[in-house]
Amino acid sequence: MENLLLLGDEAIAQGAIDAGISGIYAYPGTPSTEIMEYVMNSKEPEAKQIRSGFATNEKTAMEAALGMSYTGKRAIVCMKHVGLNVAADAFINSAITGANGGLIVVAADDPSMHSSQNEQDSRFYGKFAMIPTLEPSNQQEAYDMVHHGFDLSERYHVPILMRITTRLAHSRSGVRRKEQRGQNQIHLPENPKQFILLPANARKQYRHLLDIQESFQAESDNSEFNIYYNGINKQLGIVACGISYNYLMENYPERLIPYPVLKIGQYPVSRPKMNRLYKECDEILVLEDGYPIIEELISSFFGQGKKIKGRLDGTVQRDGELNPNKVGKALGLVFPETRPVPKLVTGRPPKLCQGCPHIYSYNALNEALAGFTKGRVFSDIGCYTLGALEPFEAINTCVDMGASITMAKGAHDAGFSPAVAVIGDSTFTHSGMTGLLDAVNDNSSITVIILDNATVAMTGGQKSAATGKIESICEALGVEKEHIKVINPSPKNHEENMNIYKKEIMYEGVSVIIPRRECLQTAAKRLKDESRKKELDKINV
Amino acid sequence: MKKDIILAGVGGQGILSIAAVIGTAAVDSGLFLKQAEVHGMSQRGGDVHSDLRISDKEIASDLIPEGKADMIISVEPMESLRYIPMLNPGGWLITNTDPYINITNYPDMQLVLNEIRSFPNHVAIDANKIAAKLGQKKSANMIILGASSIFIGLEYRRLENSIKTIFKNKGEDVVESNIVALIAGRNFAESYIKN
Repeated sequence: MENLLLLGDEAIAQGAIDAGISGIYAYPGTPSTEIMEYVMNSKEPEAKQIRSGFATNEKTAMEAALGMSYTGKRAIVCMKHVGLNVAADAFINSAITGANGGLIVVAADDPSMHSSQNEQDSRFYGKFAMIPTLEPSNQQEAYDMVHHGFDLSERYHVPILMRITTRLAHSRSGVRRKEQRGQNQIHLPENPKQFILLPANARKQYRHLLDIQESFQAESDNSEFNIYYNGINKQLGIVACGISYNYLMENYPERLIPYPVLKIGQYPVSRPKMNRLYKECDEILVLEDGYPIIEELISSFFGQGKKIKGRLDGTVQRDGELNPNKVGKALGLVFPETRPVPKLVTGRPPKLCQGCPHIYSYNALNEALAGFTKGRVFSDIGCYTLGALEPFEAINTCVDMGASITMAKGAHDAGFSPAVAVIGDSTFTHSGMTGLLDAVNDNSSITVIILDNATVAMTGGQKSAATGKIESICEALGVEKEHIKVINPSPKNHEENMNIYKKEIMYEGVSVIIPRRECLQTAAKRLKDESRKKELDKINV
Repeated sequence: MKKDIILAGVGGQGILSIAAVIGTAAVDSGLFLKQAEVHGMSQRGGDVHSDLRISDKEIASDLIPEGKADMIISVEPMESLRYIPMLNPGGWLITNTDPYINITNYPDMQLVLNEIRSFPNHVAIDANKIAAKLGQKKSANMIILGASSIFIGLEYRRLENSIKTIFKNKGEDVVESNIVALIAGRNFAESYIKN
């Protein structure tokens, strides 16, 4: 079959196309965004009429995927790790309803927080929901596991969680394609009550989920992704989960590891295989790129039994992404000294692009708030979070999608006034609207600044669900029309904008200011596409 | 055959184009490849790098171990130094000398150059100046790639072919100007290491 050079994200997307999905759902989030983008930019899905396109948030994406599964068709839904928090209600309950058509949930974790606010490990969610979880070590496995995941999902009628990390998501390698499968036809669940989680039904469904746990164990035991490699030296046994297996191998250039190794790619952990490793070896080293989940699982609470080494006992650094050197050091290997980074090298943190509209929004806001004590600006997740850095130092919080509005409200409730929220257009429709309704219903005197650059900028300029709808949404939620102000954040409007900020900040009630100007990156891309299209049209005429 | 390459620069400087050209050439040569990229927040004017590994044997890790890189290819001089601990003692440092200054505390350029020249195996090239001479300002990254081409261990014509494949859709003139840049960089490096 054809050999393709693909990012881990793209391997999952191609795997899903080839495994016969009828739809893909997602909200952009690094490092998961490229899964959906690959499907949207490929010609094949269009020909096969595969549904694609970004949703308003991860929860709506998850629920739509579940709806597609209900009809008997295959669906995949993709998000970053913290996106699974947003989708968690639907996700956990989908384990109780189970799936009908194959359903895979992809969560892309970000150890070392390259582009995130935490490094939570989505395998916890797999265990929490009690469903099989797949964790590829390389791009080929990422591709193959999508096929395998749909098989499992349709065999047991459960959703399957697939967990990847940034390094695999954004690393490219060769992938061999498998034979392509056709899509499922619509066929509703055999049990018409399967998806009705009234307590009486939910108890039955939950009981069923508990009953099939042993089957998941058996699947893990027989899985081609869980392999026991024998070793001569039994002083140490190594558990290598997902991508950590590659870092382990890297430390043995001839690929000859003296110790027994259990490579894990499918959860729940195979009890017989883990038992064999534990029995055969004097000590166990657990390598996992994320939280010490397996380490904790096999460590004794009372400190009895064999020594288990990993992130908990300090053999491996407790936080941060693994790499070949960290794993090598955990194995006791010694590395030669390397030449250090010259002292003159200084940090180069990311920053807002030159001429970015957010710059002028922050300049005006900072001046408008100059007369008040500091700490009044509650912000959110997006490019504008860079407003926390010099020279702006314009924001005081960044927690989760939508928290700007609700935290400003809480601060105002506490008697801290004025309180200002700064949120992007896409983040507003993702999770800000409900918070704004709370503020309106309580008549909280907060000022909400919705920075509208007409795109999801930080993740690379995806279509924003908010475009063209913000004023009408605010009005419908009950914000008074005369306190919804649209301004153009440009340097020549500085004085005028600053005065609008000042006035609305003093207003007793909810006010919304919408600084509106297209993201420079998106605008440049759009103009380029348009001129290319014109060129092509010329040729075609 | 095995080459571990660190590509370095600032977000938006085109290191992923260099990676794509080398990657395509490597795959056409029947080699294995792994290439880890940086997407997301750091692309906004921050430091970015990519680990590019090519080999005739299967590659385990997506990341290059410390002290094991055969070369650092950088489109920005200070950024070339950020990854020095990755370089093996006999490795090559191939870097642009034209600084990208978007920070207020950029170090003294003379000190940066002295540091680069302290490496016995280095090529320091003012790619932006050469690009301006060629009348194609945007091709600095291909000039750097050309300068690196002597050390990459791939047949040179594979790189040219790879440019033809990758830039085909952008038109004949784009392909041509990129190849001109590649040759200019290669010629510069050949005479640089002789002197």
